[in-house]
Amino acid sequence: MKRLPSSTLPWLLLSPAMVLLIAFTHYPALATLWHSFFSTPKGSRPSVFVGLENYALMVDDPVFWRALCNNLWFAFGTIPVAIALAILMALWVNERLAGRGVLRLAYFTPTVLPMIAVANIWLFFYTPQYGLLEQITGALGLPSHNWLGNPDTVLGALMVVAVWKEAGFFMIFYLAALQQISPVLAEAAALEGASRWQYFWQVQFPLLMPTTLFVLINALINAFRLVDHIVVMTKGGPDNASALLLYYIYEVGFAFWDSSYAAALTVVLLAMLGLIALVKFRILDRRTHYQ
Amino acid sequence: MRRTILKSLAALAVTAAFSAPVLAANPVEISFYYPVAVGGAVTKTIDSMVADFEKANPDIKVKAIYAGTYQESIVKALTAFKGGTPPTLAVLLSTDLFTLIDENAIVPIDSLANSAEDKKWIDGFYKGFMENSQTEGKTWGIPFQRSTIVMYYNKALFKEAGLNPDKAPATWNEMVEAARKLTKRDAAGNVSQWGVKIPSTGFGYWMFQAMTASNDTILMNGAGTKTYFDKPGAVQALQHWVDLTTRDKVMPAGAIEWGTTPKDFLEQKAAMVWTTTGNLTNIRSNASFPFGVAMLPGIKHPGSPTGGGNFYVFNKTSPAEQQAAMKFIRFATEPARAAQWSIATGYVAPRQDAWDTPEMKKYLQDVPAADVAREQMKYGVAELSTHDNQRVTKALNDNLQAALSGTKTPDAALKDAQREAERILRAYGR
Repeated sequence: MKRLPSSTLPWLLLSPAMVLLIAFTHYPALATLWHSFFSTPKGSRPSVFVGLENYALMVDDPVFWRALCNNLWFAFGTIPVAIALAILMALWVNERLAGRGVLRLAYFTPTVLPMIAVANIWLFFYTPQYGLLEQITGALGLPSHNWLGNPDTVLGALMVVAVWKEAGFFMIFYLAALQQISPVLAEAAALEGASRWQYFWQVQFPLLMPTTLFVLINALINAFRLVDHIVVMTKGGPDNASALLLYYIYEVGFAFWDSSYAAALTVVLLAMLGLIALVKFRILDRRTHYQ
Repeated sequence: MRRTILKSLAALAVTAAFSAPVLAANPVEISFYYPVAVGGAVTKTIDSMVADFEKANPDIKVKAIYAGTYQESIVKALTAFKGGTPPTLAVLLSTDLFTLIDENAIVPIDSLANSAEDKKWIDGFYKGFMENSQTEGKTWGIPFQRSTIVMYYNKALFKEAGLNPDKAPATWNEMVEAARKLTKRDAAGNVSQWGVKIPSTGFGYWMFQAMTASNDTILMNGAGTKTYFDKPGAVQALQHWVDLTTRDKVMPAGAIEWGTTPKDFLEQKAAMVWTTTGNLTNIRSNASFPFGVAMLPGIKHPGSPTGGGNFYVFNKTSPAEQQAAMKFIRFATEPARAAQWSIATGYVAPRQDAWDTPEMKKYLQDVPAADVAREQMKYGVAELSTHDNQRVTKALNDNLQAALSGTKTPDAALKDAQREAERILRAYGR
């Protein structure tokens, strides 16, 4: 059998992944950018080149700014809390305690449930008067509150759902990382007389940094990507108080059928996610200590 | 033994495969997208309807495809259309009319059915339902699963509050009066039972239309190019709605979720609720207390918009397929079948002759509540529908929610909605 030229084999090995990446990631991204410079074809009116008109429209669109703002709040509100909770839970279930497996399972359950089902459950948690939350606050004699119906509380209520859903997932990564840490370090710290907090802050936490970085990027991407609960719980309301960027893109694309404007919005979302990835690879990676 | 069974099965399969084409030399196949928007065994009912149709028309094969909610169904149908393989027939919202016309996705029904007899058949549907099916002098859709808003009220709570359980409030003022008596507060001011709930998420514009219709105000023109959101009658109607919370204190503040409203009623946390007739079967099978169904209490007179889905025949399909689709529509809207469909789902049968069938008469004796919707059709107006419909509807919905949660006054909210709608519709007025 004739040998393949040395440059062919790597390409052959790369090709399955590359075909998928190009077909479902790179080509759609470029096509989206291209479409965002054209008008939406409607029945008898074909698509024409409009340059940056869709982007100019976006600058003038109050709902876009509202959704973007909401999304940033959503990210800043959910990520630190989810990560802190995940570390806390991981530290706890890493200890030797009775029923550890059950506890781990309990923390991980929210991750396994489909988001649509979760959202339907939480919808009834938040329901005024007879929802779970209302029954608890009612028993304590606190006044009734319409959590999802009030523009001031709706985003916070949705953040709680996201934290609840995500924290268990991140916990698994932290748990795996904690088990990689050599027990020698714990013994050494104990001999030196370090407190529990000192051991965590000066030994465990720095060693968890690569995991934290990975989780942080995932959490950031998820903050822009997870919108299933919005569809079920609020549809972006009341008055766009809970509209997130991706939900707005869906609405523009598949409810308003304005595919070009939706493409322009998608380009903005892609650019933001690209920026996050760039920050990870260029800046944070250099400052993280890998073992 | 086992081998003989297998052999005879194989023989059967072969016979079936060869005998089917003998019956129908060259069957036309049509695809049919339908949504499910209410509880109950809708899919099963559709399947048996399709089976009956195929038995009566062996030369036509119908592929019925469940397409999700209304919103998912139009997404699937239009995406398939743009991809060049549209369904032949679909049940989609009557308000999607202008969207479908603008996409050039549907063919007018009168171009497929234009004999004098066909015309008579089309005229047999209720006018209130046809308003959302006709424009530019053409008929584009045939009413199928149509609904309207009614008020459900809890007779046990009425009795408890000293109200007559057999007489529902007929006017807005009577409703507020009754709601005051039905709202229960403890010493600290916490409410354990609300007088009335009118949902404001998702279908806020629909509820609002009932109020404006009863206040002699319509919200759009028949061509779908103009809206009248900021007319004094509309502002007044929204003020009435907001007053239920701020002045009368008989309805909770903030947006009220459409999806949990029937549950609020079943849990006896709301004594009166406004929702679609499509919920009748659900409430009837789950209510642990006697309840009544009434026409919506109007501001000046009764009034309610229609809603629900129409049959549409799609463009880019062959004439033979379109004719077959037409046959199916005729079949599904025959009086006896429309009556069966209405009984199984709670939708309002769209033709008078369906209400005159013996089955329907018997059903009405058992469930007199079902007749309320038909009575109300006398006061029915078309559901809000314009070009770029969902965008215009959203502009109104967002601002209604802003007014109901107190961030805008009714006047300012409706002015904003009107300005936004005018901006969106600018291109269509020309």
